[in-house]
Order: sequence, then structure tokens, then C-alpha cells
Amino acid sequence: MIMTLEEKQQDIIDEFAIYDDWMDKYEYIIELGKDLPLINEEKKTDNRLIEGCQSRVWLDSEVKEGKLFFTADSDAIITKGIIGLLIRVLNGETIENVATANLFFISKIGLQEHLSPTRANGLASMVKKIKMTALSSLSK
Amino acid sequence: MGFLIFVAAMIAKKTFNIEAIREDFPILHTSVNGRPLVYFDNGATSQKPKQVIEAIDNYYESENSNVHRGVHHLSQLATNKYEDARRTIQQYINAEHSEEIIFTKGTTDGLNMLAFSIGQTLEVGDEIIITEMEHHSNIVPWQMLCERSGCKLRVAPINSKGELKLDAFCSLLSDRTKVVSVTHISNTLGTINPIEEIIEASHRYGAVVIIDGAQSIQHMKIDVQTLDCDFYLFSGHKVFGPTGIGIVYGKKKIMEVLTPYQGGGDMIETVSFEKTTYNVLPYRFEAGTPNIAGAIALSRAIEYLNTLPLDEIEKYEKELQEYAQNELCKIDDVRIIGKASNKTSVVSFIVDGIHPFDIGTLLDKQGIAVRTGHHCTQPLMKIYGIPGTIRISLAFYNTKEEVDILINALKRSLQMLR
Ligand SMILES: Cc1ncc(COP(=O)(O)O)c(C=O)c1O
Repeated sequence: MIMTLEEKQQDIIDEFAIYDDWMDKYEYIIELGKDLPLINEEKKTDNRLIEGCQSRVWLDSEVKEGKLFFTADSDAIITKGIIGLLIRVLNGETIENVATANLFFISKIGLQEHLSPTRANGLASMVKKIKMTALSSLSK
Repeated sequence: MGFLIFVAAMIAKKTFNIEAIREDFPILHTSVNGRPLVYFDNGATSQKPKQVIEAIDNYYESENSNVHRGVHHLSQLATNKYEDARRTIQQYINAEHSEEIIFTKGTTDGLNMLAFSIGQTLEVGDEIIITEMEHHSNIVPWQMLCERSGCKLRVAPINSKGELKLDAFCSLLSDRTKVVSVTHISNTLGTINPIEEIIEASHRYGAVVIIDGAQSIQHMKIDVQTLDCDFYLFSGHKVFGPTGIGIVYGKKKIMEVLTPYQGGGDMIETVSFEKTTYNVLPYRFEAGTPNIAGAIALSRAIEYLNTLPLDEIEKYEKELQEYAQNELCKIDDVRIIGKASNKTSVVSFIVDGIHPFDIGTLLDKQGIAVRTGHHCTQPLMKIYGIPGTIRISLAFYNTKEEVDILINALKRSLQMLR
């Protein structure tokens, strides 16, 4: 069964609903970070690097049959776990869906602080880059 | 009679009562993420005692007016309070004259002022010496000056413990050295620099010595006349006062001949389109309406410190730093960054294989405020070959129990991250 963007996000919200303690929530994010398939080392090049003030993020994207696929990595594992969630939601979506995606699950599970533009982890820039990638694919 | 003297002595003796001190700081009784706050980010900014918060309220409730400008009652009151604040600070650091105390926005503002005003006196080929452990605010203004003026920036190296190599520093001194600007205490390493030696050696070459006191004023008694530094700077917000206010102390005989930094109201004697003449010290360096509430509240913070036994506090903070450092060392893979034999109040560390950002995030979720990153000392991080550290920076209201909470929270975080 193929889930919509909304359903995938609701899925994550449900998964997180069982944790009422911050540390449990983060334990789960860290596990996700450990599981995330790494981007190929040779793809960790400067043009794929999104420099946060503290942690760094590498992002690569591919278009297959009108759909977008991402791989990514970070040197900080919590950042990596959150990237894992973002990728889970956005992978396989159409270019148009990605460009206009409303990523409501982030604030629903209490992680909005990680996506604030003043946060030092590069995630806000990563989301921006994902959307830019989609937009530029659209105009091609 | 004897009894009265005894009572007076009891009152005058300042006692270090940590519970009473903690009561004075309302924010220490709040919680973060459901845990009682443990505030270990004092190097970035200190918390404020209620006396300071009340001084700000009181100023805006019953004293607010512009200074040096009005004949009316409130303006006189605000002016008197503002000038009293200057004298309180003068006395605290034992400056000879009150006009040697300039109110600024903070240390960064003061350093930019000095780089400009002293810069006006420099020529191509003149040299400025700083150290490898400086905060960006004691690097960039000098670099900007060098670009403008053709002066040269020389950087004195540190050893692997994070101590200034004094010999190497001295060998940089020459007749070309016009300015030496060094931090008293490193905000990243906690190293206490031997500023007495630095000042003496630099003066032999006629250089002007600037001490960045942003991290020292809150930890030790400063006597600018004994030190004989030419300038000493600090930020109000790191010494239990408000943000947006700071101090440049500058020797009168040097300040008097420097070009003012900013032009505007208050800093002038007469203005005409043909020629403007400048006001006397300290006003010639305080253009525009100053941060009046900030100055008054900062002096309140200094008065608060005056009620505390500062010698005892200095010892206590050092013990706390050593305790934290020793306890951290017991954890596997912890590496202390900055092992100077003379250090205080700051412990920077990294954990091999784990990103500081992850540790900082998990400590935050356990109610503990630490700082992670480069601490505005990127060149220093480069020397150590690391992107950043986790930094604990202490104040006298911190306790051993809080250090224990940190150690346990760190162990829990590492278990999750490994
Ligand atoms: C050693 C040192 N110098 C200068 C500064 C700059 O102070 P401010 O940001 O208050 O101007 C700091 C602040 O972190 C510091 O630690």
C-alpha cells in the first residue's frame, strides 16, 4: 500500500505518541540515526555539504520516473536521526509534492527546535535545499 | 563598647552562604524540560540576582529620564545615578579617576572602539600582538584595522596544555609593537594568562596593553593600578549585570589624546559646520544617549559582589572547576581541552567518537545548560584540530551537587549515543 505524505507523517506521530519522556524520544531518534543507510562516502563532497554552525549534513538527491529520492548523512547522530525521518516522509514523492510539502510532523513530535533557522545543526538549510532541488527539477 | 565592636565586626564579616546566594537568583529555581535547571553556561552570560532585576524595574518605574541634558528633577536624578554607577565601577577595579571609566555596549564594542581610536595613531609597519586563544572579538577588530592601515597582526602561540608560551610572546615584542591585546582568562580553555608579566614586558617596548577581562572580572578581584594595564574591558552581562552595557577602563593620559570613536550628541563641546570640538573624558567616548538603566543595574551587580567574600569565592570556584574536571576525567574517552596549571571556572572537553552537539542536546533534555561548538574561538579549535568542545563554565552559585547531576546525565547520554 502506498501512503500519502500526510499518512506517512501521521505514522511517525503515532510512533512517537508512546514516549512521554524526552530521553525516550531521543533514544528512539538515536536508534533511527544509527540505522540510516549512509550516503556513499564518495558522495560526501563539498557540493553536497550543508554547513551548519556545529553539525554538518550531506545530502544527495536523484529523480526517478518523476519521483525524488534522497540519501543523506550527518556527523551528529541526533541530526542524522531527524534526517532519517525527513527522508522517510519525502522519499518517493513526486517533485511537486516535495516542493509544496507541509512537514507538520516535526512540530507535532516536538522537534521544531531542530528545524529553526537559528539552530546550529544545518537541518533548516537541508529542508530548504530539498525544496530548492524539487523546485529546480520542476522547472526543467 | 567592646560588645558593639564585636557586633560591628560580625556584620562586616562577609560570609559565603551558598543557599542564601542561590535564593538571590530567581532563574536558578526554574525547570527546563521538566528537570531543575543546572546552569553551566556562565561563560556565555551569567544569571542576574534579584537586586539587579529590581534596579532595572525601579529605574524605569521612578527614575527614567535622559542624562546630562535637563534641569528638571528626573534628569538630575538619572544623571546622578548614572555618574554614581561610574564611581562604583571605578572603585571596584581601583581606577585612579572616575573619568577613566567609559560605558560601552560590551567587550566587543570596547575592543572595536580601541581598535579604531588607537588605530588612528598607528602607521604602516606598526605591529599588534594578540594570542592564539583570543575570542573572535579580540581578533577581528585588529584584522580590520590592519587591512585599513597596513599594520601587522602578530599572534603569540600556546603550548599543548593551552598555556601562552611566554618566551615566544616576548620574542615577538619589538620597537614596532604598538599594541598588545590579550585575554586575561580564555573563555574556551579557562587558562589564566600571566598578565602581570605580559604588561611589564610589553611596557619595556612602549606598547599599549589591553586586557580583555570579559572572563576575569566575575572570578577575581581586579586592581587596574596594581596591574598597570593601559586598558581593561569587560561586559556587564557576564558579571551578573544586564546585557547591552560594558566597560572600558583606560588610563587618563592615554585616553585624553585618542580620537573619539563615534560622533554625536554628548561627546562634543561645541559644534559648528566649520569645526567641532570634543567634550572632556569620559563623555568624549560616550556619543549619544547611553544605556542608563544598564549602567545603573551593572553598578548594582557590582555592589552585590561587594557584599560577598570574594577571596573565598575565588577559591570555591577553582575547587569546583577542579572537582568537575577530575570527575569528567574518570569517564572513558573524555578528553579535557585546556589543561593549564593555572586555570579557573571553565572545563572544556570532547568525547572521542561522539559529536559535541549530540551530547549538548541530550544534556539539555536533562535540564543542564552547557555550550557546544567553537565558542567564538575558531582559530584555537583549528590548533587543537577539533570542530568544537562541550564547555562547562561555572559561577559561584553552582554547586558540587550540580556537577554530580551533570556527570550522571553525561554518563546516561553516552550510553545512548555509543
Ligand atoms: C574572552 C572574551 N572576550 C570577549 C567576549 C565578547 O563579549 P561580548 O559578546 O559581551 O561583547 C567574550 C564573550 O564571550 C569573551 O569570552
